[in-house]
Amino acid sequence: MQQSNTYIIVYSAVLTIILGLLLSGSAQVLGPWQQEAIALDKKKQIMGAVISAEEIAVMTPEQVNQFYSNNIASTVVDINGEEITEGGVTAEKVEVAKDYKKPADQRAYPVYIFHAEGNPNEVKSYIFPLYGAGLWDAIWGYIALDTDMNTIGGITLAHAAETPGLGARITEGEVQARYVGKQIFDESGELVAVQMMKGEGKDYSSDLHKVDGMSGATITGNGVNNMLKAYLSHYEAYIKAKSSQSAVAGL
Amino acid sequence: MSAETLEKVLVKKPAEQLFSKRRKKLITDPLVDENPVTVQVLGICSSLAVTTQMQPTLVMAISVIFVVALSNYVISIMRNTIPSRIRIIVQLAVVATLVTIVSEILKAFAYDMYKELSVFIGLIITNCIVMGRLEAFAMGNKPYDSLLDGFGSALGYSWIILTVAFFRELWGSGSVFGIQVFDFISGLIGDDFTLATNGLMVTPVGAFIILGLIVWVQRTKTGYVEH
Repeated sequence: MQQSNTYIIVYSAVLTIILGLLLSGSAQVLGPWQQEAIALDKKKQIMGAVISAEEIAVMTPEQVNQFYSNNIASTVVDINGEEITEGGVTAEKVEVAKDYKKPADQRAYPVYIFHAEGNPNEVKSYIFPLYGAGLWDAIWGYIALDTDMNTIGGITLAHAAETPGLGARITEGEVQARYVGKQIFDESGELVAVQMMKGEGKDYSSDLHKVDGMSGATITGNGVNNMLKAYLSHYEAYIKAKSSQSAVAGL
Repeated sequence: MSAETLEKVLVKKPAEQLFSKRRKKLITDPLVDENPVTVQVLGICSSLAVTTQMQPTLVMAISVIFVVALSNYVISIMRNTIPSRIRIIVQLAVVATLVTIVSEILKAFAYDMYKELSVFIGLIITNCIVMGRLEAFAMGNKPYDSLLDGFGSALGYSWIILTVAFFRELWGSGSVFGIQVFDFISGLIGDDFTLATNGLMVTPVGAFIILGLIVWVQRTKTGYVEH
């Protein structure tokens, strides 16, 4: 069937309008649910650095919100570790992904403080966001440091588009558990962070700064390494300040 | 036009049963004899990529069934109005819209799955099965038949990727749907006994091997030979 050019142009225009309306309509209708899912996912990720993924998995969305508001406080610091108070900045509002594009000394750095239920003074650990590049797209996560400001209490990692089964394994609890108990400062007090090594199946339990790699996902692993090193160094001033504080308190 | 008069004659016949023999064949043919993956060798890319674990594979299968069946249906309704010179673009626009809707729904209600499948949902648009069925069937058949045809083809794709995923997850990660099977078996037999997982199965190479074995078994049974 041969149609005239006018028919083809009108047909494609009408089709485009109908499909466009359908798409924007579905985005409008689903928008609130998506926002909620994203906010909830962020809370789960933050919590994932301090409690196990299995515990979070069985929580209802209400329980997640409740746990978050009872156990997690937050603050925002700059690169020198000084708290930012002016301008109504809150940690939840800082978008680490957007700040990532700014130079390091102009970013706002949120800190999430995991404390005993209802008592913000009894701090259990400090949670810092991470952001960097994987193989295909962005990777990010949260790392929890114990109150000695050196030992890793837990980590959650997430990604935008890593290969399922390979780089995407950074989201698995088994991979993340490899970081627990490792230390970010060496004996001389130098920040060395933790390196994910190439290859899989080796035992690094005696080395405080190395973890086993993911087979077939070395580039994603390197991305995680760079991300950890970069963000821990951005927070170094804050971390050092807090660790000297707790040392004084310990005396 | 001759095509229209022909259809009018057909309409006067008594209505065909909802699941007549011919229509059942539309669904069952693509399962084995005309399987899109193992016989027509379409949609290989995603069968290699998403099949490391059962759960994302299942979500992928459901998404593909939804997209293929519905795009077949929609295109078949539109088939007599579509200008032949821009038909591929029209088909793509419809498929892309459906895929985006699937992706938006997953983002709202199954955010974890949305994160895990990430790019592969979007890549359903380029899945050859979708375009193949639209060109080969929906453009020339009635809506309901096209719906069944799309459903059947997607089902043929689904059972293949689920089978591949089953073996890959079992041998690669020692689990099925995330439930540790190897650990359980090892626990039953004794402390000294462990079943090792095979890292090869997690890589796309593992999918090729499993897929090859399925094709081999299937062609031995059906006697299909490529011409």
